[in-house]
Amino acid sequence: MFWNSREEEMTRDDIEKLQLELLVRNIDYAYENIPFYRDRFDEKGIKAKDIKSLKDLQNIPFTTKDDFRNNYPFGLFATDMKKIVRIHASSGTTGKPTVVGYTKKDLETWSNLVARIAVAAGVTDNDIVHIAFGYGLFTGGFGLHYGLEKVGASVVPASSGNTKRQIMLMQDYGATVLVCTPSYALHIGETAQKLGIDVHKDLKLKIGLLGAEPWSNQMRKKIEERLGLKAYDNYGLSEVMGPGVAGECEAQDGMHIAEDNFIVEIINPETGIPVEDGEYGELVVTPLTKEALPIFRYRTRDITRIKKDRCLCGRTFARMDKPIGRTDDMLIIRGVNVFPSQIEEVLFSIEGISPHYQIILERDGALDKATILVEANANLFFDEMKKQRQFMDRINAELKSALGIEITAKLVEPYSIERSEGKAKRIIDKRKF
Amino acid sequence: MDIEKYKIPQISVFIENKKGRFYNTTNAMREAGVNIRAMSLADTMDFGILRFVVDKPKEAYDALIESDFIVKKNDIMAIAIDDECGGLSKLLKVVSDLDLNVEYMYTFVNSLDKRAVMLFKFEDIDSAIQKLSDSNINLLDQEYFNRI
Repeated sequence: MFWNSREEEMTRDDIEKLQLELLVRNIDYAYENIPFYRDRFDEKGIKAKDIKSLKDLQNIPFTTKDDFRNNYPFGLFATDMKKIVRIHASSGTTGKPTVVGYTKKDLETWSNLVARIAVAAGVTDNDIVHIAFGYGLFTGGFGLHYGLEKVGASVVPASSGNTKRQIMLMQDYGATVLVCTPSYALHIGETAQKLGIDVHKDLKLKIGLLGAEPWSNQMRKKIEERLGLKAYDNYGLSEVMGPGVAGECEAQDGMHIAEDNFIVEIINPETGIPVEDGEYGELVVTPLTKEALPIFRYRTRDITRIKKDRCLCGRTFARMDKPIGRTDDMLIIRGVNVFPSQIEEVLFSIEGISPHYQIILERDGALDKATILVEANANLFFDEMKKQRQFMDRINAELKSALGIEITAKLVEPYSIERSEGKAKRIIDKRKF
Repeated sequence: MDIEKYKIPQISVFIENKKGRFYNTTNAMREAGVNIRAMSLADTMDFGILRFVVDKPKEAYDALIESDFIVKKNDIMAIAIDDECGGLSKLLKVVSDLDLNVEYMYTFVNSLDKRAVMLFKFEDIDSAIQKLSDSNINLLDQEYFNRI
């Protein structure tokens, strides 16, 4: 099913023509309305009329989170506050949060984009959608909410917290679609099991629209098993819009990027130079249809790659892989670059490992020491010490062969790793440099 | 002979080496009205394995599961020997001659009937029961643990 079949089946030529047209218009628009960009464009000698092809985009400097901070709170807005009808902000763990604004038209564009990804995952106006994203400054809750209303689904804005109550609501209202973070989806599954709820009989869930944190395909399998649904990934970030930038179709083979609204590039995070097609690098996004906040080349810090081959579903928009990590959560352990998602992939490929884990980094003299805490369960616990050792050795060996460094797995008791209702805390870095 | 009769249910519990965990397991069993007859604690750097023989294995298992412990049930053998010098040595000579592989063992002394009880985890319990019984070793059944 398509939400906007005309756009979602555009030819590559038409997509690029449209992107160029919107880009040129946006450069003019930003120059006129945002002092920050006027100074920047003047400094680099960038003029809209000099942009002849999409390649010329590369002459425009990147926009980063720091640019948002330096212009906190509303300095990057292109419209006056009278036209702004909504404010959101990112969680920002350090310093000031990133503030974004939306005009009425922006909200319309946004909910249309979210409707697209929901429909691509199979949501219809017959569905009852349970949204367990936190509502508030975070774009996830409201973003999905309005998009799903647009589709015509019955939306239950449960927000986050009180998992038992969430399960009761899903059961009583007959929710068919669940919206939350992947780690919270797992927690819901686990809690349902503890409450003696049979997800196949007592719940009616069919579709999970999960996002807002990186997750592996192995984790997808676990979520699908535990909740008896098909789990679809979607991608977005508040700086360029919110959820709705990209989403999976029923082929579950990458997330279609709304290329009629965004230009995406993949760059080498160190040099800033675009990588070859299909290679991994940092995702850079230029929104093309934003009225309040038309920024350029925003560095997302997410590491992914892009495929442009034809998808089974018929959509022509390029697809991005699940991000394998973020440039800022890339761990450097004994000099080797490691993404938490790579560790997750290894762990979850071992039969019986529970989906809750935590990576602890410490300093042992001059060396890094990495330990992975894995929650024990009846599949991982052997009465004989010999078998237990063999099993732990196997985990360590698989981690070593996949990552090239030594990481020691350690079993901990069930529920001793903190459960999160939002984004999971996977890494505890105790190293002091 | 009835091999099943001499399989003693043992409860093994995974515990982290953390304050209070050992107490919590015993407390869960106390609340379930279970009496511990014999136990051992094997520990590694990171975690421990607590093994119990109790009067009510099913109740013990359910109570521990209910308290979110990781629990395994398996069968071991209980052998009574005289509580005197050389008693264990005599038994182990038989075990060794029969070429039985021992995974681990622990023991307790029953002061009431002047016997010591050895608890064995053999690699192959069925053949161990058969062979030891053929060698006239005094095997105990679960009844014994309910009685004492």
